[in-house]
Amino acid sequence: MIAPSAVTPLPEQDDAFIRVRGLDKSFAGQPVYQNFALDVPRGKFTTIFGPNGCGKSTLINMMSGLIPFDAGTVEIGGRDFRSAKIGYVFQNYRDSLFPWMRALENIEYPLRVRGIPRKEQVARVEQLLARFEITLDLKRYTYEMSGGQQQLVAILRALAADPEVLFLDEPFSALDYEMTLYVRDRLQAVFLETGLTTVLVSHDLEEAVYLADRIVLLSKRPTRVVETIAYETPRPRTAEILADGRFVATKQHALDLFRAEMRR
Amino acid sequence: MSVVGVGRSIARMPGAIAPRLHWSVLLPLAGPLAFLALWWAVSASHVVRAVLLPSPFETLGYLGTAFVHGTLGADTLVTLTRTLLSFGIGALLGVPLGVAFGSNERLYRSVEFLIDFFRSTPASALIPLFILFFGITDINKIAIAGFSVFLIVMFNSAYGVMNARKARILAARVMGASRFQVFRDVLIFESLPQTFVGLRNGISTALVIVVVAEMFIGSDQGLGHRIIEGEQILHVTDMYASILVAGLLGYALNVLFMIADKRLIHWNGK
Ligand SMILES: Nc1ncnc2c1ncn2[C@@H]1O[C@H](COP(=O)(O)OP(=O)(O)OP(=O)(O)O)[C@@H](O)[C@H]1O
Ligand SMILES: [Mg+2]
Repeated sequence: MIAPSAVTPLPEQDDAFIRVRGLDKSFAGQPVYQNFALDVPRGKFTTIFGPNGCGKSTLINMMSGLIPFDAGTVEIGGRDFRSAKIGYVFQNYRDSLFPWMRALENIEYPLRVRGIPRKEQVARVEQLLARFEITLDLKRYTYEMSGGQQQLVAILRALAADPEVLFLDEPFSALDYEMTLYVRDRLQAVFLETGLTTVLVSHDLEEAVYLADRIVLLSKRPTRVVETIAYETPRPRTAEILADGRFVATKQHALDLFRAEMRR
Repeated sequence: MSVVGVGRSIARMPGAIAPRLHWSVLLPLAGPLAFLALWWAVSASHVVRAVLLPSPFETLGYLGTAFVHGTLGADTLVTLTRTLLSFGIGALLGVPLGVAFGSNERLYRSVEFLIDFFRSTPASALIPLFILFFGITDINKIAIAGFSVFLIVMFNSAYGVMNARKARILAARVMGASRFQVFRDVLIFESLPQTFVGLRNGISTALVIVVVAEMFIGSDQGLGHRIIEGEQILHVTDMYASILVAGLLGYALNVLFMIADKRLIHWNGK
């Protein structure tokens, strides 16, 4: 469908799983979003890319109910977002994991909070670990683990309660390069295995294209969607695709749009 | 890295490593030994009259005897009991109230001035007031020390809760935790390191105030009483021994709390 070097902007989608409409948000009178709309397709990996401070974090925080917005609606799976089950991975694993709990207890926590019986908690987490072939020693405290292992624990914690959607805010930015590759591969494996609707904020365009089925390119404030770009190369993707013609073309197209946007 | 290198090259020369090891092990003793030496030098040189400053050996010897055969042990126990009681009361009231205030910032702001004011008021200035209310009793000493502990602990617990890492609270909330669950599973734990700072300050303060109270609020037992009596009847050896014991007691309590802190709040600073 997609020609090797052509990149297709998408029309409005009907199979949107997350539907944002008429969203307003300002901080101290300064508008970040005005009448903002966004569709996130079901079962796809969507990455969000945009200039510094354009409101990427703010957007996924609003969609996941972490911060309020001034006006508009957010629907997840056809219902109000407040009733959706959400997995959220923070940029800073050190500040978001609970260091007084062991890694395993961290992963069990979302199940505990929902009052799921102890036996079932154990069984479900075991299942989760087996499914993703996790071989970490989860009896340790999180601060005894490497950054990559901690972020992996954070991802497992976000997955433990079977979320309908997984949000990740720059989950690799606190990791070194090697750890980034490791966690990125695990994340891709998780996505391939579950087909979970995934939304990831990235400040690295190459990473945003590499991981994505859809790249949402945001503008400067007041923020709107410049373009949603499709990139549907088969998975699992490996480092080889970085030299692939379609990858390069998609990245170049996004970069051109981004540059044009920055000149405005 | 270079330290490791030096250690290795020395290890290859037998005999050279032994004095090195000794040095580093004995280092913490250097200060106390120097202090005792200075004390001894001053008392032996008679710069200060012997009735005012006995030699350290005489004092330490007396300390041992007074503990075993005399009433120094009993007085220490009385002071320790008073300190622990006032600490316990202050902490039992201070921690829950502090956590409650801390989790409701508006509530805290409304009492902040009061807490800061009384925290800044020297407890000794309140002694007469407490005498008026409680008379010259044991309860008085415990009440005034407990009051000070309460303020310190409450203040620290409240700040511990207020400074809880925002991301952890959000993480719990996005996982579906209720307000109560956030409080029980996150806020309490987030406040613990700061609460422990309060408890450590609290126990030191309790000892200080109990000893002062024993000096000036008619008392016939306790280290404070012993120190002031030693001064008044010029039994200075007893006075110095009692001061040493009070110091050791304070130090021991501090170390105890430091160990408890390390073990209970194992994640602190990591
Ligand atoms: N709590 C807040 N109070 C005031 N202004 C805020 C607040 N949070 C965000 N902002 C502002 O809103 C804008 C969007 O912030 P946001 O963190 O969402 O941007 P971002 O795209 O995630 O940026 P970055 O690339 O730095 O992660 C920024 O200009 C920021 O200064
Ligand atoms: Mg951000």
